Amino acid sequence: MKLGHNTRSRLIIASSFLVALVLSILPWPIWTEQFRPDWVALVLIYWCIALPTRVGVGTAWSVGLILDVLYGSMLGENALAKSLIAFLAVHFHLQLRMFPRWQQAAVVLLLIAANNLLVLWIKHLAGQAPATWGYLTPGIVSMLLWPWLFVILRDIRRHGNVN
Amino acid sequence: MLQVSHWQIRSPSNLTRFVLLALLSVSLMLLDARGHHLQKIRAGLTVLFVPIQLVAALPVRVGSAVYDFIRGDESLRKEIARLRAEQPILLARLQKFEAIEAENVHLRQLLGTSALVADRAVAAELLEVASEPYRHAVVIAKGAKDGLYLGQPVIDTYGIRGQVSEVGILQSTAILITDPSHAIPVQVNRNGLRAIAFGTGTADSVSIRYLTASADIKEGDLLVSSGIGGGFPFGYPVATVAKIVNDPNESFLDISATPVARLSHNKEVLLIWPAKSSMSVDTTKPAEIKKPVVRKIPVEPKKPVAVRSPAVSNPSAEAPRPVVVEPTIPAEGEPPP
Repeated sequence: MKLGHNTRSRLIIASSFLVALVLSILPWPIWTEQFRPDWVALVLIYWCIALPTRVGVGTAWSVGLILDVLYGSMLGENALAKSLIAFLAVHFHLQLRMFPRWQQAAVVLLLIAANNLLVLWIKHLAGQAPATWGYLTPGIVSMLLWPWLFVILRDIRRHGNVN
Repeated sequence: MLQVSHWQIRSPSNLTRFVLLALLSVSLMLLDARGHHLQKIRAGLTVLFVPIQLVAALPVRVGSAVYDFIRGDESLRKEIARLRAEQPILLARLQKFEAIEAENVHLRQLLGTSALVADRAVAAELLEVASEPYRHAVVIAKGAKDGLYLGQPVIDTYGIRGQVSEVGILQSTAILITDPSHAIPVQVNRNGLRAIAFGTGTADSVSIRYLTASADIKEGDLLVSSGIGGGFPFGYPVATVAKIVNDPNESFLDISATPVARLSHNKEVLLIWPAKSSMSVDTTKPAEIKKPVVRKIPVEPKKPVAVRSPAVSNPSAEAPRPVVVEPTIPAEGEPPP
């Protein structure tokens, strides 16, 4: 089967997001819930840094909306949070590319913390706020995962010649 | 960059896109939160993304199939023996229950009130997918085609588990009683003291708020649904009181209770269609179906309490109080069929 280069790149990016979506609703024991990394945000940040012309705010918004549907949260809640991440990542992508890996990881922590804070804030406004400080833990776990995920996604990108 | 005759049309900048999409998100959220404009769209989208949920649920299914295969005959035989031993006891209890029910109906007839009829129940399987962080919800593999309705009580063999919060075509979502946006009217089984059990967002506790130090409630008390508000039928176990903290500086007791239902264990739940009964609710009023309504909190009759008190002991109560999710009564002509 011969696919156009463009189509194939799109397919690879889309399937990476699909995997991230499945991972974010994969069931785990309930006590591990607060440690679940934000897979969608991680994949999103990678593509925003690597291919800011292809993946940006629009992609982030659509993926966030799918997440809203899967989670049953208010439509637009995660969409807004994910587009914020994408906006910041695309805006600073040149700096981020230059950063050493650990510094990138720190930025990932900040971005995901901002994402979770925004979601919690929206939930507060809607009157469904949980009594928890858990918005930092997913960010920390994601930060620890970032270097590995970065390598995996970079290899996928090079191997699949996605650009 | 697009070139139309001599004009150059730039694609919108990153910031412009972000602002536009942010506005779109906010308007979507407003539409979603206020009214039912998006129900159809959401139902359609949910159907579209069912495959993702099925894939996510696959590992657990395969895992439990493998587990059943490996653990073999011995433990299955044990389980059958246990169930056989259990069944006569349950049946014996049921005999008594039927007699009491008959007596109850008779007494109610004498009093001239309508009788409490048994509720209809249907077992439903849970789809094993995780819910959003900070929320406690389950996905039920039944939907509008099975007659589910918004606010329908969901129980398991031990007690009340939650209520249906979103009805899809093929599947629905139910929030558990521990979800931070959930609240259920209860009463102490021992003496009929009324209260409300709020979800806290932690896995195994609900909090009973707005009870004063003079309230007759003890650790170990069983809380059953009171049937007030009409969403949940009367008399199903909800939680047992685990801890009561009486801080003299606070106006109210800080009570935490442990849900009776096994919220994170069973793979099956029961959906019930409460029978029309003598619940003290005006069921003729057409109610808003989609969203939970904010109701006044029933407190002890003699001491009405302001809904928001600055001295509420629970720190989370300082924040905007979660909406008391009391499922509204389905309007006439709606399911239950």
